Amino acid sequence: MYIYDEYDHRIQSQRVTQFRGQMERYLDGQLEEAEFLPLRLQNGLYVQRLAPMLRIAVPYGLMNSRQLRQMAHITRTYDKGYCHISTRQNIQLNWPQLEEVPDILQSLLDVEMHCNQTSGNCIRNTTTDQFAGVAPDELVDPRPYCELIRQWSTFHPEFAFLPRKFKIAVNASQTDRAAMKVHDIGLQLVQNEAGETGFSVYVGGGLGRTPVVGSLIRDFIPEKHLLSYLEAILRIYNQFGRRDNKFKARIKILVRAMTPEVFAEKVEAEWEHLRDGSTTLTQAEVDRAKSYFTEPAYESLDEAKEQAVVDRQANDSKAFSNWLMRNVSGHKKPGYAAVTLSLKPTGISPGDITDSQLETLADLADRFSFGEARTTHEQNMVLADVKKSELFDLWQEAKAAGFATPNIGTLTDIICCPGGDFCSLANAKSIPIAEAIQRQFDDLDYVYDLGDIDLNISGCMNACGHHHVGHIGILGVDKKGQEFYQITLGGNASNDTALGKVIGPSFNAEEVPDVMQKIIDVYVEQRTEEEPFIDTVNRLGISPFKERVYAKAS
Amino acid sequence: MPKLVKDGAIIENDWTLMAKPDGEPAEASVPEGKVIVPLKVWQAQKDTLKSRDSLGVWLDTDETADELGEEAREFPLVAVNFPAFADGRAFTTARMIRERYGFEGELRAVGYFLAEQANYLRRCGVNALDFGEDRQQHLEAAVEALNDFTEYYQSSVDQPLPLFRRRA
Repeated sequence: MYIYDEYDHRIQSQRVTQFRGQMERYLDGQLEEAEFLPLRLQNGLYVQRLAPMLRIAVPYGLMNSRQLRQMAHITRTYDKGYCHISTRQNIQLNWPQLEEVPDILQSLLDVEMHCNQTSGNCIRNTTTDQFAGVAPDELVDPRPYCELIRQWSTFHPEFAFLPRKFKIAVNASQTDRAAMKVHDIGLQLVQNEAGETGFSVYVGGGLGRTPVVGSLIRDFIPEKHLLSYLEAILRIYNQFGRRDNKFKARIKILVRAMTPEVFAEKVEAEWEHLRDGSTTLTQAEVDRAKSYFTEPAYESLDEAKEQAVVDRQANDSKAFSNWLMRNVSGHKKPGYAAVTLSLKPTGISPGDITDSQLETLADLADRFSFGEARTTHEQNMVLADVKKSELFDLWQEAKAAGFATPNIGTLTDIICCPGGDFCSLANAKSIPIAEAIQRQFDDLDYVYDLGDIDLNISGCMNACGHHHVGHIGILGVDKKGQEFYQITLGGNASNDTALGKVIGPSFNAEEVPDVMQKIIDVYVEQRTEEEPFIDTVNRLGISPFKERVYAKAS
Repeated sequence: MPKLVKDGAIIENDWTLMAKPDGEPAEASVPEGKVIVPLKVWQAQKDTLKSRDSLGVWLDTDETADELGEEAREFPLVAVNFPAFADGRAFTTARMIRERYGFEGELRAVGYFLAEQANYLRRCGVNALDFGEDRQQHLEAAVEALNDFTEYYQSSVDQPLPLFRRRA
């Protein structure tokens, strides 16, 4: 994990001092509301429906146990004893006091955390695969590159007032677990024929009001040119992105208006000026970044022996076996596994975690996973380095703490934004919809039989719940002051990135669980053996689902 | 005379900022004295304006550094305009005028920007901050904000080497 040196500390501490001063000038009336707005947003501070909301950055989702304990302390001291994991791997506080935010920033800095650029029209937190560094199908660890991007984008003087927000994701595996192609820039780590590491560059993806899958503008940019190439893209966007209409200001609109080909030409022309300049990464810097993400002290284990222990335990316990099936995934090291702790038990807002759970998680991380944990964009937590022979112990502890709901990847592992209960942008509530669906599908064996289904809910067009790329997407809409829900089918956030299609007129909240049931019924009736939900939808198209959902009662 | 911030000090502003003409730039009359003219006026009246000693030029937010190019070096002063503080195009324009076109004179921010942006402006090569007659109360805050950060990760005009090339 990256550790601050004196430079990082100096920069971050100057940031806290700067924001304290800005807050004082605002409270003193020297700064107008509209002038303070971008300053507070770039420090993660929103003013929401009921209270301010503070978004804390978790760079590429990685946290250590000390940070988890500090988060527990912060939620207790400055909030109501819980926080929320967002769909961009960040942490949100729902009830901080405006005046206390500089103190919260200081408490975060004490454990090398921050709220830098977690909102506003600037470069946001870079995200990646939650299994980075341990995934068996990974080319190289993406986290050193994420850290290099974090440092380059932090307080970048040229790109703090972009036309609109700007999100970068990095993926290094064959499976895209970072939803890379629906980001402003998606970077896929690749190796060229000469065996050099570099990136394929996708630009102009995004969700929100106008969902678009990103366009490939360069097959291969060598790693040393990563930052200068990003700088060229940002510079073209900063100069030519639209600023007359907030809804047309994302880079995807610019790329589409120019065409990806012309956009790519402009970037290349700009990059010709920047290439081989001082922003070119040195091997020493790449090595330095990598030195923070070396392997922990893995034991040399016999895979077959470790697995045999687990198999025996699984034989004796159906519940443990279920958890293994859904919440435990592969690891590159023999005898180790990655564990996803579910933050989606029925009745809890998806992604919410309490102060005592954070402390338990810190203890579990220390005991079972080298003191580190990760947030996921599906709003769960991961312990990435667990010995298989210790899975049973971990499971029991996790169960006691309410973390062991064995539903990862299933219909009830719902991605869900805070929605109308908290967010001032939302058109409709999303959390109660998630809960109603979880209650509708409360038979675990039935849910397992349905297999992998991504169900994503957003309370408005801003799409924080990534509804466009859910196999099933639910979007809250406002119709004459009433909350309604529009359903899409066929979205996909993984390698075959696709945007869901709207099945028809929207429903009121009470109708949604029944509509879900009808969609699932069609799948169960029509699927071929072993066919996952998304494949059935792709094979049949939306018509049979639509017919069932909108059939008149006979 | 209104004041501005230049190189960290509050001094008198002895330049006049000429507004964009309503009519044809070629026909606009340019006042005497130290005047900062709109880019289009300069382009249209280059032949006659060239002989004047104290002439500056300003670029609006939708005019890129490329439109002025190396001509920048012929002026003692170039200004970049902020029609609104959230419009960040001038940061790129300023940086390119310095880094790509080698301008070494006074690079001035004009229009509606914030004292809180002083540090980023300085890093992009702006060394004079003109808040205008109506917003003189922000001068001191701007001087203070110039040094909000004294260490940076990226390459910029004031520190061409990114931190990773300087880290001990």
